[in-house]
Order: sequence, then structure tokens, then C-alpha cells
Amino acid sequence: MLQTFLDSLIADGTFGAIPRDVAYAIGMVAAGAAVVFGFVLNISGVTTFVERRVWARIQSRVGPNRVGPQGILQWLADGLKLLMKEEAIPYAADATLFKLAPFVVTIGFITAFVAIPFSSALIVADLNLGILYITSMTSLVVVGIMIAGWASNNKWALIGGIRAAAQIVSYEIPAALSIFTVILITGTLSTQGIIQQQGWGPWDWFIFHSPFTFIGFFVTFVALLAEGNRTPFDLPEAESELVAGFVTEYSGARYLFFFLVEWGNLYIIGAILVTLFLGGWQAPHITDSVVGMNILQALTFIVKSYLFVILMMWIRATLPRVRVDQLMTTCWKYLLPISFVNFMGTALWVMIWPQGFRFAEIVLTAMGFGLVGYFLYRVAFHLRRSGAQITLSPLS
Amino acid sequence: MFFQFANVLVFVALAMGLVALMTGLSWLLRPHNPEPGKMSTYECGEPPTGGAWINFNIRFYLVALVFVIFDVEVAFIAPVTVVFRDWVEQGNGLFAYGEIAIFLAILFVGLIYVWAKGDLEWVKRVGSSDEDSPDMREAA
Repeated sequence: MLQTFLDSLIADGTFGAIPRDVAYAIGMVAAGAAVVFGFVLNISGVTTFVERRVWARIQSRVGPNRVGPQGILQWLADGLKLLMKEEAIPYAADATLFKLAPFVVTIGFITAFVAIPFSSALIVADLNLGILYITSMTSLVVVGIMIAGWASNNKWALIGGIRAAAQIVSYEIPAALSIFTVILITGTLSTQGIIQQQGWGPWDWFIFHSPFTFIGFFVTFVALLAEGNRTPFDLPEAESELVAGFVTEYSGARYLFFFLVEWGNLYIIGAILVTLFLGGWQAPHITDSVVGMNILQALTFIVKSYLFVILMMWIRATLPRVRVDQLMTTCWKYLLPISFVNFMGTALWVMIWPQGFRFAEIVLTAMGFGLVGYFLYRVAFHLRRSGAQITLSPLS
Repeated sequence: MFFQFANVLVFVALAMGLVALMTGLSWLLRPHNPEPGKMSTYECGEPPTGGAWINFNIRFYLVALVFVIFDVEVAFIAPVTVVFRDWVEQGNGLFAYGEIAIFLAILFVGLIYVWAKGDLEWVKRVGSSDEDSPDMREAA
């Protein structure tokens, strides 16, 4: 926790004669800058590169591999290129709102990282609103997207912006109801509180807590995919129909921010899912050293979240885009009733077994691993049968 | 708690500073050669016909209306979910469950009503005419 850390620094006299509030402010800005410049920007940038490489492997191509070893610096080159591009704001556009939109989008994205935990000690602020705060802050992105779509005064951008608004607000409801199933179990909204009630073993994760949370996990995943404008729900920027959707008129540095937010959001989606359902940073207690445990926890959390990022890339490379009527049907006619039933079911489960029902947890864990195992077996079977010349090494 | 939420303020300032810094840096680095053709609205290379600030498909407003109702529901259910566990531990679980059930049932009836009225269909047939309604043919 940042506050206890700063308190200890002040007690040690590191800040000298500086008043306590000023010392707090310095510490907060330093920690914030470290998180934003040290993690948020890098994870978004690296994700764009990883995504291009993953798609390339899936499509039997090579992908970017020229800038730096294996092309790892491609994202920096892309960012620099975008910074140096001439920017064209159409004369017909509303220039003030046009320039405002990247600010709103970036605020909605970066502020979510305040409550995202990395380990038991590494969190900027353990807000008591926790998960509710994250979902509401990421919803701010849709305001920026709508401003961008409207201010461009371009038909493609307008259609993209309105579609994004309709899609994100619709999927907000199943997502929130499924997130609340976990809150029913924990009784707290704080992200650290939710993680502390889970364990490192899969049988202690909330995804396997009851059949309802098991289904709730998939509902949350689909709803968050739609909220992040990811394939198969990327209608707002469907490039085959809408040119580039709400970013059609954007270029240069302002385009860079929409790009950054979209790919950075993947990590936030992964982090929300891991926090709520997959045990967060919980790692087996193998060392008594606090620093060692925190490093292990941070690694666990980031690896788990990044597995979801890679899963989302895989989905994007595999599935076609849905139509707008299918999108709305999925949300209102399937996910919403399912999440209603889930919510009431979990409430009933918590009422009957307030401490959890061990037998159900173990059966569900076995079932979950069985599903993953069967899936991998089928993948291996088809690979063998097609006789494809496939190498799984990402560097080849 | 003030400390925790001050962090949010710091992050908002950092986000705004980041955007301002990058666009400012880009302003220094990039060329400026505006000309009417470049600054015209993009419409696949054709000269744009009319503006885009027009009346839009009514479907989206219906989605917004339904959303507002259910989002208010989500906002009201949030405090109840947080205290539900405490109520169960105090032995008032059935009472709390009943209240949540009644609240959600009323909303569920609303969902069924909207569904039955056909407002969840993206392409809604109006009356008995075979022709598609005009607002449907506009890009949706």
C-alpha cells in the first residue's frame, strides 16, 4: 500500500522538513508516473506488437521482425512514426470536441489502473469501491468515443460512435450483474478484499465456487469483450463496412491515443477477470521474504492476465464479426436473462452454504480442467490428422 | 480515504498531462501543410454530400431508454449485494433474498414486456406492410 509506504518514509525522515501533505503529494505523483510510464504505456505498446506476431503465426506469416531483436521494438517505431505524421482535422469537424476526445478516452483508461492490484502490497490505492470504480471508469471511454464520432462530422465516424455507445451500454448490464455475483460471495467491492478471499489453488477460485459463478465467468468474459470493442464485437470500427469507424478522421498523435487505449484495455479486461474469478495474485507461500512473495505474486497476476490478452488475440484471429442485430440479441435475449438467473442462483448458494460447498468446488475444478484437457486433446488430434508443418516456437 | 481518492485525481492529471505532452511534442515534430482537399471530410474519395449531423436511426434511442432502466437497477442492486453476506450471517438471509427477488422480478417483468412488444428486435416490422420501414434501411 502506497500510504503505509509513504508513512514509513516520513517516519524515517527521508522527506526531511517537508510537511506531510506535500510529501504525500510528491509520493503520489512519483508512484503514479511510475505506474503510467513504467507499466501502462509499455504493456499497451508491447501488446500491439505481440498481437501482430500472434496473428502472423496463426495466419502462417512471419509478422514484424525487423526493428530490434525479433521486432520487439516495433511498437516504439510505430509510436514515433505516428507522432511525426501530419495531422488533418477536417474543416467541417468541431475542432474543440475533436481535440477533447483523446483526453476523455485516455482518462477513462489510465484511471482504471488506480485500483488494479499487482500483488498484496503493490497497488496504488485499495479503494473501497474497487471493482465498481474500475467498471465505471472504463465506461468513460465510451463518452470519448461518442465525442470522437460526433465531432468528426463524418458519416462513418458517426455510425461507429453511435454503434459503440449502443453496444457498450447494452453489455454493461450483463457484465455488472455477473460481477455482482462475486460481490455476493465476498461482501466487499475492494479488489484486494476479493483476492484475499480466494486461494492460490484453482479449487479456491471463485470461478469454481458454484455452477452459477462458473457460468458467470463466461458471461463476464463475453460482455467485457464487447465492452472493449474486440472481435467478434468490433462493430464500432468494422473496417470492411465503416472504414475505421469513430477514428476515421483521426491521424497522428491523436490517433495514437485511441490505439493505445484499445490495446491497453485488453490488459484491463484480463486483470478484471483474474481478480474476480481466477484468484488474482494468490501464489503458494514458498518463501518468507516479503519482497520475494510480492515478486512472485506480481508475476502470477501479470502472467494470468496476459494469458487472457493472448486468448483475446486468438479469438480475434479466429472468429468473424457478428451483425448488429445478432449483437443486440446476444446481449438482451441471452446474456441478460442468464445473468439474472446467475445472480439469484448465487444469492441462494451463499444463503445455503455461506462458507462455500467444498464438494461442488472440487467437482467443478475437475470439470474445468477436464474441459481444457479435452480441448487441448482435440487441437493436438487435428494437428496430427492434418499433417500440417506447424512449429509452435514463436521465434521461428 | 482522502488519500486513496487523491490518487485518482493524480491519475486524471497524469492522463491529461500525457495527452497534452504527446500532442504538443507531435505539434513540434510534424509538418503543417493544410490544403482544402486534405482537410475535407473523408467519404471514400468522393466529395462529401451534406454533413453528418443528421437525425439518426431511432433504434439507438430505444436501446438507450431500455439501458437507463436496467442501469438504474444495477446501481440500486450494488449496495444490496455488498451487505447481503452480512445479512446472511446475521440470520436474515431469507428476508434479504426475498427483497432482492421481488426487486429483480419487477424488472424481469419489464424485460419480458419489452421483449413481447418486439423492442428487442433490431429490425422491427411496423404494422402489416411488407415494405421495410424507412428508418431501417438507413445504415444501422
